Amino acid sequence: MKAEHKKKSFTRPDEKWGLEKETENFANQVKSYRQEKISDDNFRRFRLQHGAYGSRLRPDYSMIRIKIPSGEITPKQLEKIADLSESFSIGSAHVSTRQNIQLHWVQLEDVSEVMRGLVEVGLTTREACGNTVRNVMCSHFSGVCSEEIFDATPYSKAIAKFFLRNPISQNLPRKFKINFGCCDKHGLVRIADIGLIPAIQDGRRGFRIYLGGGLGAASFIGHLLEDFTPEEQLLSTCMATIRIFDRHGNRENMARNRMRYLVNEMGWEKFQKLILKERTILYMTTSESTRDLFSVHQFSHNLISNSILHKMKSNHKLPIVNESISIDSSSYTRWLHTNTVEQKQQGYYTVFVTLGAGDITSNQLKSLATIIQDFSLEGVARNTPQQNFAIRYVHYTDLSKVYKKLHTTGLSNSGALTITSAVGCSGTTSCNLAITNSHRLAKEVQSKLLELGFDVDDSLRTSTIKISGCPNSCGQHEIATIGFFGGATRIGNTMAPVYTMLFGGRSDKDSKLGKPVMRVPAKRVIEVIQKIVELYKQEKNSEPLDLWLDHVVNGNGPATIKNLEDIKTHLTPIVQLPPSEESPTSYQDYGNDVKFIAKTARGECAA
Amino acid sequence: MRRLKKNYILKKQTTKIKTSNDKKKTQNTKRTSTSKTLIAKKPGIKSYQKLPIVCDVDTLRTLIRKKTVRVVDVRKTEDYKKGHISTAVSLPLAQIISNDTPEQIIQILENIGVSDKIPVVVYDDTFGALAARVAWTFQYVGHENTSLLEMTFTNWKDLGLEIEKKNNIFAKTKHTLKINPSIFADAKYVESIQNDQNTVLVDSRERLNFLTEHIPNAKNIPYTMLGSDNSILRPTNDLKRFIENRGIKKDSEIITYCGSVGTLSGLAFYALKLAGIKDVKLYSKSFKDWKALGKPKTEFKDANYWDLSAE
Repeated sequence: MKAEHKKKSFTRPDEKWGLEKETENFANQVKSYRQEKISDDNFRRFRLQHGAYGSRLRPDYSMIRIKIPSGEITPKQLEKIADLSESFSIGSAHVSTRQNIQLHWVQLEDVSEVMRGLVEVGLTTREACGNTVRNVMCSHFSGVCSEEIFDATPYSKAIAKFFLRNPISQNLPRKFKINFGCCDKHGLVRIADIGLIPAIQDGRRGFRIYLGGGLGAASFIGHLLEDFTPEEQLLSTCMATIRIFDRHGNRENMARNRMRYLVNEMGWEKFQKLILKERTILYMTTSESTRDLFSVHQFSHNLISNSILHKMKSNHKLPIVNESISIDSSSYTRWLHTNTVEQKQQGYYTVFVTLGAGDITSNQLKSLATIIQDFSLEGVARNTPQQNFAIRYVHYTDLSKVYKKLHTTGLSNSGALTITSAVGCSGTTSCNLAITNSHRLAKEVQSKLLELGFDVDDSLRTSTIKISGCPNSCGQHEIATIGFFGGATRIGNTMAPVYTMLFGGRSDKDSKLGKPVMRVPAKRVIEVIQKIVELYKQEKNSEPLDLWLDHVVNGNGPATIKNLEDIKTHLTPIVQLPPSEESPTSYQDYGNDVKFIAKTARGECAA
Repeated sequence: MRRLKKNYILKKQTTKIKTSNDKKKTQNTKRTSTSKTLIAKKPGIKSYQKLPIVCDVDTLRTLIRKKTVRVVDVRKTEDYKKGHISTAVSLPLAQIISNDTPEQIIQILENIGVSDKIPVVVYDDTFGALAARVAWTFQYVGHENTSLLEMTFTNWKDLGLEIEKKNNIFAKTKHTLKINPSIFADAKYVESIQNDQNTVLVDSRERLNFLTEHIPNAKNIPYTMLGSDNSILRPTNDLKRFIENRGIKKDSEIITYCGSVGTLSGLAFYALKLAGIKDVKLYSKSFKDWKALGKPKTEFKDANYWDLSAE
């Protein structure tokens, strides 16, 4: 299994995020709760603070959200998650859109056992849910992106460590999200409470910091705090933001208590002033010992240094991943083209593992662990907000071997970096708030588009499809080229699952929220997507699909379809359903063979 | 039942065998301690060892050497022919299932040379579930001294332990029929205790099957929780903790069931025994029988949990 030419990877020691005593504490709290010694509300708050959500209409089961700080995960951790899922969950794990890994339908009484296993490999679920600082994200290209100025990963982890279990973030008005990017293109920095992109000014390291972004029932794009925030102000800026939110955030109205609403109500300028003032105070009053708790160095010694990279032999040629391909190309060529990216380190590639809406079986997790161990020089992988895994530092001479290994375990689907890799939240498979089965729909979309060969079409490559099962944005539908969120509508006299379709969202430096276009019955979503692509092709446009749609949204389409009304005219016939007596399945949701009923229970995000 | 074919991964290198064995020894100290006591017998008569619920490798190897054990291989005949634990007889599970009257079982025992007192050790290659079902059947008809091998055949083989290919046949013996009703449950019995506070009904199928439908008031302890990579049952302390976490008291009566013939629930039966529960019964005909009789079920249709599976 080992490739012959060199020692492949380092064995990274597991970082210690989890605490043994918290698992015992959780087991005891469950017992007390069962004996009715703790109230429902208090127990729920406790449970969420420790990363366990109630499952859909069944509070006796939990969804366990495992934080993967910066998305970086070791083979040992993947194997442990595989074992835990097999023993206590459903034999599959689920990659979320915020670099968590979720285990579903775990009996409440077994949650402490899962935690116990996670602690053994350094992982934690602490503060993965609840009104606190959630998993700190970092671009999966950090460290390998050709456009980044420096690797943000150690900063991202140091921030995560500083705020984990920190008293200042235990009872915020609402959840709080921090995202690090690598460059202007990658990372979800403008849809987070705090988003940070590495920058250098006058030879000094620092960040461009965006505040007050976020997706949800009402979404906002983050504001740039200042042109440049030097490295030594990073901690105080984050602390100041959290403290201002803690002090001024809305604790009354649960539907409007994310920081973005505060920014919106107060006005950006006033908010900005408050932050800068608070930061000055904090910078001057934070003790040395507190500041020492923020240790970037602790996480920077693991980084791969250039000296250990293998030099390319001069007579070798790198595989060409950017040549155009067709649906008739070999499956390996297709995969190479749609699932690998050249790193800034010459001769090394980042390989993406395509999942269906983030689902992966225990057996696949174990195979993945072996592949990482054998072929990634850094010996770890990252999970991505597109619900896939990225294996980085794969030497070019190993690409075909990695493909073969992935193929044996059913993980070699192409299209990870293309429109076919549809994102889908968990929807009605496990979430209390969901109205539709967005999870299954995302998988259906993916397999249909792969079958049609949309992944090999480079004009579609930069476009994205993202699906949420309700107006809340776990599926991040608002930053998709074509986004969908689930709802229920009466058509004729029958209830049907429908999605509101949005066009033109994006999440780079010029982040934009998608614009609602029309409603599409669940069973017509795939046809509608096909029709949009067909229309785009008819317009004989040289620009990629996402730019074309952007023009249409702005009312300046380049050919016959000028605006949203034009495109709606073409799509309307498709969204019409025949009477329910003629076609009852058109009114059912995916995964159901019975009449559709919109059922939800209280959400727990804001408990 | 997609995980039935789970392949256990054990280190194959011979150098590692020792460490792995040593580790086992410490892990199983509790189990072996009782197995060391020999039953005193009159001189001249063979003395047989009383085995614990789970038999560790060292004990079995000693008994095989002393020829004071009947090893029962419950895999398919063709697998047996390819190689089996030394001195083992072949008794595929299907034979037990298709001849399930107590009289027939006694006849089977007699045919494989099992007399009343001889220790019997059963093994399979299906994480212990098939072996458990056979062991339970033996104990039900009165062969109390029956034990499960702590590991599967693959584990045994990977450790490089004694294997042979010859077809072992033993002289026919006599065995007394002495039904043990305290470990048996049928649909009628399950129905009679459904509202009993001190009785717990345990469904040992996987989570998604359980959510889909189960016997009303059953609690789910999926068989996947019970074993580990190189042992058919986890250490006793783990099993005890799982039971305790569920608020099940040690003096409860527990009835286990699974999908069809009582294999997964057979393993659960022994897991609960190992965890110190005295009164455990197996509803051997399980949910298939329950459904065939048209008894009530609890179903959960408000979530599309099957769509989370990546298979």
